[in-house]
Amino acid sequence: MGFILISLIILIGITSYFLGNFRAKNLRTSNQKNLKSLSHYYGYYVALWAVVPALLILLMITSFKSFFIEQYVLSDFIALGSYTETELSLLFTQIENTALGIKLFDENTILIDGAVNKLNYINKTIENLTYVTVLGFSGLLVLYSVFNINHKLNSRKIVEKFLLVLYFTCSLVAIMTTVGIIFSLLYETLRFFSQVPITDFLFGLNWSPQRVFVREAGDLDTRDLANAFGAVPLFAGTFLIALIAMCVSVPVGLLTAIYMSEYASPKVRDWAKPIIEILAGIPTVVYGFFAALTVAPLVRDIGQGAGLTVSSESALAAGFVMGIMIIPFISSLSDDVIKSVPQSLREGSYAMGATKRETIVKVLLPAALPGIVGSFLLAVSRAIGETMIVVMAAGLNAKLTANPLDAATTITTQIVVILIGDQEFDSPKTQSAFALGLTLFVVTLALNFIALQVVKKYTERYD
Amino acid sequence: MKNIKIKADNLNVHYGEKQALFDVSMYMEEKQVTALIGPSGCGKSTFIRCLNRMNDVIDICKVQGKIEIDGNDIYAPDMQVEQLRERVGMVFQKPNPFPKSIFENVAYGPRIHGIAEHKSDLEEIVVNSLKKAALFDEVKDRLYDAGTGLSGGQQQRLCIARAISVNPDIILMDEPCSALDPIATARIEELMGDLKTEYTIIIVTHSMQQAARVSSRTGFFHLGKLVEVDKTETIFSNPSDQRTQDYITGRFG
Repeated sequence: MGFILISLIILIGITSYFLGNFRAKNLRTSNQKNLKSLSHYYGYYVALWAVVPALLILLMITSFKSFFIEQYVLSDFIALGSYTETELSLLFTQIENTALGIKLFDENTILIDGAVNKLNYINKTIENLTYVTVLGFSGLLVLYSVFNINHKLNSRKIVEKFLLVLYFTCSLVAIMTTVGIIFSLLYETLRFFSQVPITDFLFGLNWSPQRVFVREAGDLDTRDLANAFGAVPLFAGTFLIALIAMCVSVPVGLLTAIYMSEYASPKVRDWAKPIIEILAGIPTVVYGFFAALTVAPLVRDIGQGAGLTVSSESALAAGFVMGIMIIPFISSLSDDVIKSVPQSLREGSYAMGATKRETIVKVLLPAALPGIVGSFLLAVSRAIGETMIVVMAAGLNAKLTANPLDAATTITTQIVVILIGDQEFDSPKTQSAFALGLTLFVVTLALNFIALQVVKKYTERYD
Repeated sequence: MKNIKIKADNLNVHYGEKQALFDVSMYMEEKQVTALIGPSGCGKSTFIRCLNRMNDVIDICKVQGKIEIDGNDIYAPDMQVEQLRERVGMVFQKPNPFPKSIFENVAYGPRIHGIAEHKSDLEEIVVNSLKKAALFDEVKDRLYDAGTGLSGGQQQRLCIARAISVNPDIILMDEPCSALDPIATARIEELMGDLKTEYTIIIVTHSMQQAARVSSRTGFFHLGKLVEVDKTETIFSNPSDQRTQDYITGRFG
C-alpha cells in the first residue's frame, strides 16, 4: 500500500508543479501585474503544499497505527484481564501469524479466530482511511495554494525557507543519532556499574566474564561479579597492539610522505600515491586473515628459530599488520601537510645554501609538525578502534602481559566476543560490552579532539 | 671604473618550450647597487635567480651561457651550489621567515654551514646581523619569539639579517619592497645604502623611483631581452633606446 500511495503523492506533486507554474504565467499575462517571483517558483510552492503535509500525515498514521491495531484486536483478551504484557504481545504475534495462514497452536481458537477477523477488518479500514485522508489532504492543499497565488505572494522566499528547514532537519538526523547512541551507551553502562563497581572495572586485573555466564542469573553471587570485570588487561592489550602498530606505521608512513612530497617526480607520485591509498581501502577482514594465516605463523617460526616461546596468535603479528593498514593514514595526511608548506620557505632555505635534506629536516618538518602529529593521533584512534585483525590474529585471551610475543586481546575484540551468541540482555556480561564501548568511545573522542586542536592551533603559523 | 663582480655572457633561459631570457650579457660592479627594472614577466627575476642558481630547483628550467662571479664560472660542473649560495644571499619578494624564533631564523645559515664554533660566536653573529639589518633595537627583548609574529617590514629586515648572517659577497633582492608599506620601504632603502659598503647588491624592482634612489647602475629588461644597461642617471635622464624612454615615462608597463 505504501508504495502506491507514495507514487500517487509524487504524481500529484508533479502535476501541481505544472499547475502552479501555469497559474502564475496566466496571472502575469491577464493581470499585467508583476509577480514577486519567477513562475516556476510558484510551481514549487504548490508542489510543496501538495507533497510535504501529505507525507507527514502518512508518517504519523504509520507510526501510530500498529499500537492502535494491537489495542483493538486484543481488546477481548485485555477484557479478560488474565494476561500479562508479554503474553499479550506473544498472543498478538500469534494472531498475526494465523491471519497469514501460519497456525502453530490450537488453544483459544474461538477467541483467536474472532481476533483474526478483527485484524483483517481493521487493517482494511485503516488502509482505506489512509488513502482518503492523505490524498484528500493533498488535493485540498493544492487547491488552497493554487488560489493563494497572487501578486503579493513571494513564493521564492517561501521555497528558500522550506529548503532551510529541510537542511536543518537532515543535520538534525545525524546529530540526534549521535546523541541517541551516546545516551544508550551511557544508560546501559550505568546499569552495569550499578552491579559492578566502577573501580573494579577500571582497575581490576582479571577479565573473565564467562564465569558470570555459566551460572543462572538468579544464582549470581557478588564474589563472581567482583573479580570478573577488571578491564585493565584489555586496556593493556589495546595499548600494546596500538603501540606496535604505531612503531610500524609512523616511520614508514612519515618517510613515505617525505619521499612523495619532496623527492618523487610528478609521474611517480601520480601512480604511487593511489596505490598506497588503496591500502586504506582493503577490508579489515582481509588484513585479518593475512595476519592470522601468514604473519602470525611467520612470527612464530622466526621466534622459535631464535629460541623464544611464541604463541601462535601474537600481539606482534596483529600489531604489525595493523601498522601496515594505517600507513596510508599517516603518509597521505603528512604528505598533504608537507606539500602545503609554502614554496617560499623551501626557497628561503635553499637560498641560504641548505641542501635538500637540511631543508626537509630543519624547515619543512618543523613547519609541518602540527599536521604530522595530528595524523599520528588520527592513526592511533584508528588503531585502537580496529577489531577484525585482533580477533583473527591476536587471540581472545585476556592476559595481562607486556610481551608482544604473547596472545593479547583488546577492548573491541572483547565486545565482539561478549555479544556473539544468545544471552539475556540484562546480564552484567552483556552490559559490560556497553561499558567497554563507552570507554573506547571516550578515548577515541579525546584523541580525535586533541588531534584537531593541535592541527588547528598551529596551522595558521605561515601564510 | 669599479671592479667587476659578476659577469653574465650570452645568457639564454628556457622554461620548457618557452624562452624566458634571450642573449643577456651584462656585468655588475663590486660594492654597488645594480637595479633591474622592466614590466612584469620581462625576465628580470629569472635573471637574478640565475645568479645563485635558484632556477636549479625548477626541473623544466634550462640555463645556457656563462655567469662568472669573481672570474669563476658558477655553472661549472665542479661548482658546489650550496657554497655558491652561501656567497650569494637572496631576499625574496614576500618576506619568508621560517616558522622559528627570530634568533633561530638568523642562526639558520651559520648553523648549516658550521660557521660558528661556540654558542657565543653564534650569538655574536646573530646580534651583528640583526644590527646590520637595522632590526636589533626593535627585537632585542624578544629574540626567542616567533619570527612570523613580526610586522611585514620587520620580517623583511629579518630576512635580510638571515641573508647576511653567513657573510656573503653578494645580496640578490627580488622586489624586496613590493609587499611593504612606504615607511617600511623607506627603511629598507636606507638599509641598502648602508649595506652596499660591504656587499654587492642586485635589486629587481617595479618602482622606478626606487631604482633611481638606490642604484648606481640600472638595466632595463623587456620581453626577455636586456634592452639597455647604463649608469642610473643616464637611464633615467637620457636613455638611448626608445623602449626605455617609453617605459620610464610611463607610456607602457
